[in-house]
Amino acid sequence: MNLTAMAAIYRVEMMRFFRTLAQSFISPVISTSLYFVVFGTAIGTRIDQVEGVSYGAFIVPGLIMLTVMTQSLSNASFGIYFPKFIGTIFELLSAPVNFLEIVIGFVGAAATKALFIGLVILATSAFFVDIRIQHPFAMIAFLVLTCVSFSLFGFIIGIWAKNFEQLQLIPLLVVTPLVFLGGSFYSITMLPPVWQTISLFNPVMYLISGFRWAFFGLADVPVGISLLAIAGFTAICLGLVWWIFRTGWRIRS
Amino acid sequence: MTAIVDIRDLKKTYDGGFQALKGVSLQIEQGEILALLGPNGAGKTTLISAICGIVTPSSGSVSVGGHDIVTEFRAARAMIGLVPQEIHLEPFETVWRTVRYSRGLFGCKRDDTHLEQVLRDLSLWDKRHARTMELSGGMKRRVLIAKALSHEPRVLFLDEPTAGVDVELRRDMWKLVEGLRAAGVTIILTTHYIEEAEAIADRVGVIAKGELLLVEEKDALMARMGRKTLEIELQDPVTVLPDSLAGYGLEIVREGAALRYAYDTQAERTGITKLLADLAAAGLQMRDLQTSQSSLEEIFVGLVAERNAEDAA
Repeated sequence: MNLTAMAAIYRVEMMRFFRTLAQSFISPVISTSLYFVVFGTAIGTRIDQVEGVSYGAFIVPGLIMLTVMTQSLSNASFGIYFPKFIGTIFELLSAPVNFLEIVIGFVGAAATKALFIGLVILATSAFFVDIRIQHPFAMIAFLVLTCVSFSLFGFIIGIWAKNFEQLQLIPLLVVTPLVFLGGSFYSITMLPPVWQTISLFNPVMYLISGFRWAFFGLADVPVGISLLAIAGFTAICLGLVWWIFRTGWRIRS
Repeated sequence: MTAIVDIRDLKKTYDGGFQALKGVSLQIEQGEILALLGPNGAGKTTLISAICGIVTPSSGSVSVGGHDIVTEFRAARAMIGLVPQEIHLEPFETVWRTVRYSRGLFGCKRDDTHLEQVLRDLSLWDKRHARTMELSGGMKRRVLIAKALSHEPRVLFLDEPTAGVDVELRRDMWKLVEGLRAAGVTIILTTHYIEEAEAIADRVGVIAKGELLLVEEKDALMARMGRKTLEIELQDPVTVLPDSLAGYGLEIVREGAALRYAYDTQAERTGITKLLADLAAAGLQMRDLQTSQSSLEEIFVGLVAERNAEDAA
């Protein structure tokens, strides 16, 4: 392993994050606060409790997941798309590094940023609601796995994208709806039966359900299935990235 | 002597079907400066990109320092420094950070003394804290070179290093190349400035339409193909040449005011004495004589034109 190279990529990617600290840090804090105001306060006054948990607290795991997923995607996709766009990717391709080292460097940095923001949101929400975490280790594990798998997915999008529009396409058109329909702000048991069945096909639902279980011990689907779903998603993304570097798809002619 | 870069029958066909390299074989010796000359689109950049790992060759093999570029890509690539033709730099990074990144990317331990030396050699030391986007075009190119030298490569590829740079930077660059050669670094540069090849290369390769037309010692090439021309300025203009001068292949130039005679300096007889005698016998009076030697450029243009003519036939 070329650890030095991996560290170099990781450091440069993290530098980008610190350069834009105001954007990376303040904007999620503000948007989270807005969610609490709108969902927690306005809707929360009408929905008293969801399965014994106050509505304000109930949406915390969903909120964190929503931000972590979108942040992972945008950080990782931009991280690899930018060198492609400005041409500096040549250096990466000509360096004595293999695909795993490149991926660990880029995805590792993107996941770190997302994790950091996730924790910031958790801290922010503590100002609004009373939070208890029943299974802290599981909570961290779910959070890290989500950061890593969605950063991997973002990395793939960044390589696939040929322009800035495509870069935004999948996050906006696919991921955001899946996150919103995945029970970020409600329990799927609150839905009519037909929609409950449809929700079972939404992979994001399993992540949110598992994550919520770590907080409150209640879940829409068994936590083991959630864990399996996220492990499977990570494996698929990793396989795709491996294939991309083996064939040079969209990066090496 | 074993070649430090050994290219065997390298072919590259792009997805669109364009064949950029049609079987290039080339052995580059340790410590030499090789200039690859060729018109735009000849395949120079594709050749370099294939060696450096940016383009996947369709067939053929390349080894660098005895390491195959596919099976032992780490060892091969660690030896290579590449300065691309286009200026590709992370705009928001400072010079120092981007150079340090390159060194790390190539797996070298942090060595600020070496990086300082590289930046000083390239007159970049004062700019080390500047963002690359704030630099002039020439400075950016220097940064690219600094990045390529950051990990102490044994083989350096310079893809059109002096395209669009001013005279001062070009001279600096040549000086740098001399210094690197003294340190034993093998240098391969592509250019379409023939004077550049003439000034610094040991060997010259001419590439056109994906084929290597020739590779030769620069001096030998110049001597072998070095033709001279003799221009004879006449007292009175002529429109038709006398029959007695038909065998010389003379060319009437400047609207009949002068005749041009091409000859080979390597030939046993240049034929000049006889020509001058025949001119006098034909009654043509000479006012002035002037000789000039063909440059690499003319040789190169000649070769490419020959190639094109062959293709057309």
